[in-house]
Amino acid sequence: MKRFLAFVKKEFLHIFRDIRTLIIIFGIPVAQILIFGFVVRTDIKNAGVAIMDLSQDDVSRKLTDKIISSGFFLNTGYLSNYTEIETEFRKGNTRAVLIFGKDFGRNLTREGKAVMSIIADGSDPNAATLITNYTMAIVRDFNIDIAGPALSGSGVIVPEVKMFYNPNLQSHFTFVPGVITLILILICALMTSVTISREKEFGTMEVLLVSPLRPVQIILGKVTPYFLLSFINVILILLLSWIVFDLPVKGSLVLLLAETMLYILMSLSLGILISTISDTMQQAIFISFLGLMLPTIILSGFIFPIENMHQVYNLVSMIVPPRYFIVIIKNIMIKGTGLMFVWKETLILLLMTIFFISVSIRKFRLRLE
Amino acid sequence: MTGNRVISVRNLVKKFGSFTANDNLNFDVYEGEIFGFLGANGAGKTTALRILSGLSAPTSGEVMVAGYDATKESEMIKRNIGYMCQKFSLYEDLTVRENIMLYGGIYGMSRQLIREQEQKLLNRLNFNEFRNRVISDLPLGLRQKLAFSVALLHQPKIIFLDEPTGGVDPITRRQFWEMIYETASAGITIFVTTHYMDEAEYCDRVCIMNEGRIVALDTPENLKKQYNALNVEEVFIKIARPLKETV
Repeated sequence: MKRFLAFVKKEFLHIFRDIRTLIIIFGIPVAQILIFGFVVRTDIKNAGVAIMDLSQDDVSRKLTDKIISSGFFLNTGYLSNYTEIETEFRKGNTRAVLIFGKDFGRNLTREGKAVMSIIADGSDPNAATLITNYTMAIVRDFNIDIAGPALSGSGVIVPEVKMFYNPNLQSHFTFVPGVITLILILICALMTSVTISREKEFGTMEVLLVSPLRPVQIILGKVTPYFLLSFINVILILLLSWIVFDLPVKGSLVLLLAETMLYILMSLSLGILISTISDTMQQAIFISFLGLMLPTIILSGFIFPIENMHQVYNLVSMIVPPRYFIVIIKNIMIKGTGLMFVWKETLILLLMTIFFISVSIRKFRLRLE
Repeated sequence: MTGNRVISVRNLVKKFGSFTANDNLNFDVYEGEIFGFLGANGAGKTTALRILSGLSAPTSGEVMVAGYDATKESEMIKRNIGYMCQKFSLYEDLTVRENIMLYGGIYGMSRQLIREQEQKLLNRLNFNEFRNRVISDLPLGLRQKLAFSVALLHQPKIIFLDEPTGGVDPITRRQFWEMIYETASAGITIFVTTHYMDEAEYCDRVCIMNEGRIVALDTPENLKKQYNALNVEEVFIKIARPLKETV
């Protein structure tokens, strides 16, 4: 144990002495979260809104005023025809169109209920969600206003949301799960494979192997610091997304952290596997980027929805571990579901981890012979 | 040569598939001896060295190192030997002191003992001022000496040096060999591979390998006499060349 600790200490020294390693471990995740967060979440202040008021009654005008004067929106024009909506969106300034139908006012007084439509530009899903949410909140507020003085009930306005371009609003707030998935595989797999192949390249691996340290101790000593640092990293990312972007973990935090540990373990064993097939750091970096980073970005569902993939890519994505982790973490973080809904993915990850660990240990032994 | 045998090799065979890297090796190495292991690349030196240092197991034959069986007790062998290789065996981004702490640690030495040995080592090398310097700041010659001393930190019975003077200037090589002599006179066995033939002259005995077999094993003087040569280099050429040409 003492031998092992001396070795782990040395690994930490390597990490803390190399500013580049530190930047990769802590700088990149923070930067990614902030960049993704702020780029995806365009400011809701002065979002362009066009009005199509076919009813032109008292209530519709009042509601329009209330929405426009809220400070969140900017009136970009008035439309008079449904065919103008697409042209309006194409111009680029308008993010949503508010529509009051011809019989809005009449329905409100006669039936006590009228529908107003909010059509948002779904190509920017996060902005679209924010705009519709804000608008609906204002409409709710307005409903209380008009219900207040005239309890007889002049009626209730029912907002109806439709998305232009991206009706299902895919990739809604998925950047945090995506970034965690990407960062963990980057740090764990890339860094472990680099640190092991570095020992090979510099010839220090021979010295370690000749020492009384067992091969298992060498491998564990290599991955322990990265395991700890990755775990700290996840907590950092979660805190950051909670504090800066107000995105808390909806489901069980314990379950999330346990699943994360499993994924870290899987990534570390992948890193060891990569290091057994590469003799230099360059090779390890190359294989990690090509074999892990690209599939994670392209095939995991991080950016491109798996449902929309060509069948071949969909099949290939089945063997990409991040695909499963993204499902797990999205479920727990955003939907708040429990293990009941993610046990299949968890099982797949677990099997993959066992597979990678056994293969990499066998490969490592083989090299010794 | 008399004294205790610290390495004894009997009928050592190592095969990789159909390729025989070590073909029936037999030799002994004695306590305090400087034993030179010579041979061209691919002659089987490295394979034999790996078996002796407990890194790989022989296919057949009996190999005893420091009193332990290389087939069954490689862990014990590792504890009792030191090793320094041609490539650099210290971590360049760590300080002298951190390297010493690491090696002491992985050889299971107590903190107290490491500190004592560290002080002795630094005094002997006149290295006290470099204690907290990062290795990459030191000139190559100093690093080489330090690497050798660090490999001796846990007081092994045998030290294996795998082409230790590769890429070092002649003066440093000379100083390095002085350190080797000093170590050997303290009773530590030196097992050194080299391709510098002039260095072979410094060894007590020389073993020359060719194509997996031992083709000569004696003191440099006897070899020179036997092959009627001026130096070991000539011996090597006379032995290795004709064999190569017949193949």
